[in-house]
Amino acid sequence: MIDFFIIPVIKLLLIFGVCLFLIAYTTWVERKALGHFQLRYGPMRVGYHGLLQPIADGIKNFFKEDVIPENADKPVFILAPIISISFAIMLLGVIPFGGPIIIFGKEINLYLANPSIGILFILGFATMGSYGTILGGWSSGNKYGYMGGLRASAMIISYELSMAFAVISIIMVSGSFSLVDMVAAQDGIWNIVRQPVAFFVFFISGIAELNRIPFDMPEAESELCCGYNVEYSSMKFALFFIAEYTHMFVFAFLVTTLFLGGWHGPFLPGIVWFFTKSFIVIFICIWIRATIPRLRYDKVMKLEWKFLLPVAIANIIATGAVMALLG
Amino acid sequence: MKESEIIIVSKDRAEKGHYVKPILMGLGYTLSNFFRKPVTVQYPDEKTQRSARWRGLHRMNVDEKGELKCVACGLCAAICPSHAISVVPYEEEGKTRYPEEFIVDELRCVFCGFCQEACPVAAISLTGVYDYVDYSRENFIFDIAKLKDPEQFQFKG
Repeated sequence: MIDFFIIPVIKLLLIFGVCLFLIAYTTWVERKALGHFQLRYGPMRVGYHGLLQPIADGIKNFFKEDVIPENADKPVFILAPIISISFAIMLLGVIPFGGPIIIFGKEINLYLANPSIGILFILGFATMGSYGTILGGWSSGNKYGYMGGLRASAMIISYELSMAFAVISIIMVSGSFSLVDMVAAQDGIWNIVRQPVAFFVFFISGIAELNRIPFDMPEAESELCCGYNVEYSSMKFALFFIAEYTHMFVFAFLVTTLFLGGWHGPFLPGIVWFFTKSFIVIFICIWIRATIPRLRYDKVMKLEWKFLLPVAIANIIATGAVMALLG
Repeated sequence: MKESEIIIVSKDRAEKGHYVKPILMGLGYTLSNFFRKPVTVQYPDEKTQRSARWRGLHRMNVDEKGELKCVACGLCAAICPSHAISVVPYEEEGKTRYPEEFIVDELRCVFCGFCQEACPVAAISLTGVYDYVDYSRENFIFDIAKLKDPEQFQFKG
């Protein structure tokens, strides 16, 4: 009873509670950091240095009018943000946050589930989440939304490839599809040292998959005036946003797990290391956002098909050759 | 922006791989900005210094006895290009003239400063108060009581 019900429920509540809290505050961190990158302060008025800003945003979103456009495809229009958020949050279930810890003489693993195909689960469900973006854009009956949806589908078709190829080389190195085994395989030496090219490719295509600047094709503000979510308002819009930030969090967790040695690190407990590394990754995402302007649409496609994908494939071949030579 | 702060991406756009170094330079530049103090002025809490010659709300100056300097000559009302000032003089036999009513319509005023130039006794002057806000037009019609202390109308947030 305790092993099969109570402990998983407590873990479920803890993981989703803590993660959603952190996601809400990542919006604050992002606005603050972006402000300081541009010599501004960012939010300052609500609470000390704007600390209550995410709560104020949430309340505001709840009480805004929920508009459904007349020529929208109503069921799909309502379904799209739900798809977006649910598939994004599901990803948190398989992330290993730390090594096993012992509480009251009981060994507890710091993950909700450890499927033997953990990384495939993440790749698959991350792509499913993009269906929310595509459907949202296409169902809103707006030409900007439609363009946003088109671009979102083009982005997942192309960048999913190089991301998966980068992951394949990690699977080859660690010899397992399970995220827990992958972290365990990085005990001595991190994968970023063994696979720097894969890290590079994974990071760039990950940012592209997140639809963040400089690859924010589906919601390019200056071209598509917010793209796929242009007709969304109130909590539906907020759900899209939470989904986006959840994806960013999962991306940071994934980079930490696959390349930065997961929870491994000296002195401090594993979970602290895990979140520190993840926050460094998130900070780098924000830093890149503050620096690089948006690429032109055809250049984005060119970068993927003519550069990242060949590099990722060459990396797999090279990894395989080295592994065959070393036996 | 200073000349040294401009990061040139590539003179010849066709050159391959030439964007890597400028991107890294840009990342360095934004990171150095991150550790600099923001240039923002937190407006209602902190304010920038106005010049001494700034032309804001009007003030009726008083002499050392606390009485209005104004002699109600009407020169300010005469020179005002937007007819924002109206003066009603009052004079008792054998005593100095003083304004019974002195009204400045701050919404008509164009803040040219002619009134303080024209005044022979330096009775009216323009202060540095530039951010008076209110809910009704009537509140912008200033009488003597309001004109004696325009600093109270400074926006405090």
